[in-house]
Amino acid sequence: MINLTLNGMEIKVEKRTTLLEAAKFYGIEIPALCYDEALSPYGACRLCLVEIGTGNHSRLVSSCTYPARDGLIVRTHTERVIKARKLLLELYLATCPSSRTIQDMASKHGVTTVRFKQKNEECILCGLCVRMCAEQMQGKAIGFVNRGIKRRITAPFAKKSEECRLCGGCMYICPACQARCQGPQEENPVCNACLNLSPPCLDYFQEAMCYMDPCVACELGTGRKAKFTY
Amino acid sequence: MNVLHMRLKTPDDLDKLRDDIRQKQEKDKSFLAVCGGTGCSSSGSEKVREVFQQYLNRHNLKKKTTLKFTGCLGLCERGPVVIIFPQGIFYQKVQESDVEEIIEKTFLKGEIIERLLYQDPVNGEKFIYADDIPFLKKQKRILLGNNWLMEPTSIEDYISLGGYQSVVKALTKMTPPEVIAEIKKARLRGRGGAGFPSGIKWQECYDAVSKQKYFICNADEGDPGAFMDRSLLEGNPHSVLEGLIIGGYATGASEGIIYVRSEYPTAVKNVKTAIAQAENLGLLGENILGTGFHFKISVSTGAGAFVSGETTALVAAVEGRLGEPRQKPPHLVERGLWGKPTVINNVETLANVPYIISYGAENFLRLGTEKSGGTKIFSLVGKVNNTGLVEVPLGMTLREIIFDIGGGIKNGKKFKAVQTGGPSGGCLPVSLLDSPTDFEKLNSAGSMMGSGGMIVMDEETCMVDIARYFLRFLEDESCGRCFSCREGISRMLEIVEDITRGKGSVEQLELLKELANVVKDSSLCGLGQTAANPVLATIRYFEDEYFAHILEKRCPAGVCRDLIRFSINEELCQGCDLCLKKCPGEAIRGEKRQPHTILGDKCTKCGICLETCKYNAVVKI
Ligand SMILES: Cc1cc2nc3c(=O)[nH]c(=O)nc-3n(C[C@H](O)[C@H](O)[C@H](O)COP(=O)(O)O)c2cc1C
Ligand code: SF4
Ligand code: SF4
Ligand code: SF4
Ligand code: FES
Repeated sequence: MINLTLNGMEIKVEKRTTLLEAAKFYGIEIPALCYDEALSPYGACRLCLVEIGTGNHSRLVSSCTYPARDGLIVRTHTERVIKARKLLLELYLATCPSSRTIQDMASKHGVTTVRFKQKNEECILCGLCVRMCAEQMQGKAIGFVNRGIKRRITAPFAKKSEECRLCGGCMYICPACQARCQGPQEENPVCNACLNLSPPCLDYFQEAMCYMDPCVACELGTGRKAKFTY
Repeated sequence: MNVLHMRLKTPDDLDKLRDDIRQKQEKDKSFLAVCGGTGCSSSGSEKVREVFQQYLNRHNLKKKTTLKFTGCLGLCERGPVVIIFPQGIFYQKVQESDVEEIIEKTFLKGEIIERLLYQDPVNGEKFIYADDIPFLKKQKRILLGNNWLMEPTSIEDYISLGGYQSVVKALTKMTPPEVIAEIKKARLRGRGGAGFPSGIKWQECYDAVSKQKYFICNADEGDPGAFMDRSLLEGNPHSVLEGLIIGGYATGASEGIIYVRSEYPTAVKNVKTAIAQAENLGLLGENILGTGFHFKISVSTGAGAFVSGETTALVAAVEGRLGEPRQKPPHLVERGLWGKPTVINNVETLANVPYIISYGAENFLRLGTEKSGGTKIFSLVGKVNNTGLVEVPLGMTLREIIFDIGGGIKNGKKFKAVQTGGPSGGCLPVSLLDSPTDFEKLNSAGSMMGSGGMIVMDEETCMVDIARYFLRFLEDESCGRCFSCREGISRMLEIVEDITRGKGSVEQLELLKELANVVKDSSLCGLGQTAANPVLATIRYFEDEYFAHILEKRCPAGVCRDLIRFSINEELCQGCDLCLKKCPGEAIRGEKRQPHTILGDKCTKCGICLETCKYNAVVKI
């Protein structure tokens, strides 16, 4: 067992427990976008930050990847943590506003303004889909390519992968595919988006990448009326 | 005698071999060193060497002298460089056509050829001997010094200069804990970036219990413009091998791996040659010199990326996986290469090890500051008169390096800032010129030692533009996993670009600072954690320049294109038509011998008219 201090409590956890798991176990909520219990931790979204150490030597680490260590002093809700989290959420809103998960999280953490320029990304590169495919579906149909700002998710050779069994696991887990709730004030009350959709994957590939019906793109509002129907 | 075919079984064998080589080389004490370093090669030193060789062959002078194609001599700016030994006469910018004269006059008769001498860029003084040149005189070249005296691919040269004596000393007279104690006492700190005390790192690996341990030498050198590690590997590969063998012995590793970026083919070739030579002599491999210590070294190459120099990414790359960093802990001594305890040291760090073992920690400490011993190699580039590699005792002030060694700012311009620590370092202003270059001082000033890049900037450099330049580099070089790093850098760049276009606001500047601190705080690896440095340091020291861009829509240095305008002073313009003909945008109008004007909407702000005008009539405002 490992002994550490979590928000002032002396706690004991099993070896190989991460700080996020420890906090969860003790009922402390930490926001996490790229984490899923069933998948290996990845440390990409940086929302699960916690502060470790004290005084001048304290620093922020992602709790989903950081292993519990003897004597570690962990604080999950310091001013520094909350400031960083809020700014990251603001950045998420500015980057991928169509995600319901992100919108919900922003509201929950009191992020009400966005000072950055608006972008409309459809993917936040959290890697959940890649890990879902590889670790739970035993496929390796999708992965990352490029680094830095050019990084993105794709299938090998940008072609429909032989490995893909069309299970839809990737879409199920994607936090960016959860369309924003439009609310009763929506300008156009009739959406109809799921009728006659051209799935956005057809912008990139020769054939549809899955046979989810309806295509979740409707919820994204990115699908357009098209000649193509299933 | 072909040393490659003998095997040394004891330390005495090595001593005997050294004596033999020295005896043989005694007669050619005189030799010609032609620099084959990166800089000189690109200015044609290979051709110069060939012509030398042909001339010596043709005139039967081969017995009288040897020609050495050496590693980098440092003054790359003045390449190709030739030094004539034993006197140490230094010739610069040597052309193929100079070869005959050098041999006939200087080598055979000892006469000096004025025109090839090094001339001080500031006061015009000429120097005959290498040791007198201020650029070299103020340096302390314990790592680079031997580059002059040997062919990188000649193990005979290296041995005759005392090579592998430190390995003998460590393996036969010291226990691993004693070696580690010596390194700790020397206060050797990592030269690859973080400046971590090497002794402590070695100790942790020594303490780790495992049958298999690895020692990796980091030669990824991703810092643009830096070539310290490259010069060491190309110019004196055996010194790095020696450091690696001693490191392996001290930590209990039985395998060393040198990870070199494949963009350094000469380094890869010279290191591989060196390994083969050392193996053949029994200085590497099974039972080294009969001491019972086994150590092998292999070379691993990969497409160089800045981020793969980070230690965990490096391990991934050596294992053949994608070179991406991972969370530490577990540290590399707990879970390193193939899951085994692993130490990673930088090339230059390892090159220091033989010196420490041979000359002792005291002598090493005498060179540095209280907290860290030894020298540091900087790659001095930018708007400075003498660019090249300089090796100085740690703690020398920036002023001494830039003005005494570097010869001051080019073209008599004023010094503005110096960027240390590479892309994730920071720009330091005039007021910090007298601060010493040591790890702590540079960190507290908001920059860092990094691996030793040093870019000098003059008054015509815009600091906002500099921040933009480094952010753009980092935007591509981040691995892209962390949202804070990937998106954070790109958004910092977005704001900085707006500012350079005169579209920034004070609120945006505040947001930039806020974001910079979050990127620094919340990213996984060193790249993201330092990516905000160029922004934070330029804001810290040159905030008025940011304000000039934001409030006055003016770029004080005249760099940011959207904020400058070219115009012609009617009084000075002679109507010569030169600028009109050269202007690629056809933006200049005017009759011959009448004052010309520039049409603002057509001007592309290339600045060609300014360079062209002989009457200084074109002004930038
Ligand atoms: C983004 C990044 C790039 C790095 N690149 C290099 C490099 O090219 N060469 C190097 O020796 N160290 C590099 N480092 C530092 C290494 O992580 C590590 O600290 C060093 O190799 C350890 O050796 P040392 O203690 O001898 O310096 C880099 C670090 C980071 C975060
Ligand atoms: S597609 Fe969705 S799950 Fe996959 S990386 Fe992007 S945001 Fe994450
Ligand atoms: S900080 Fe940047 S470079 Fe480092 S792991 Fe994260 S995204 Fe990659
Ligand atoms: S080059 Fe100078 S002098 Fe000649 S026309 Fe242009 S501005 Fe006038
Ligand atoms: S949940 Fe930890 S970084 Fe995303």
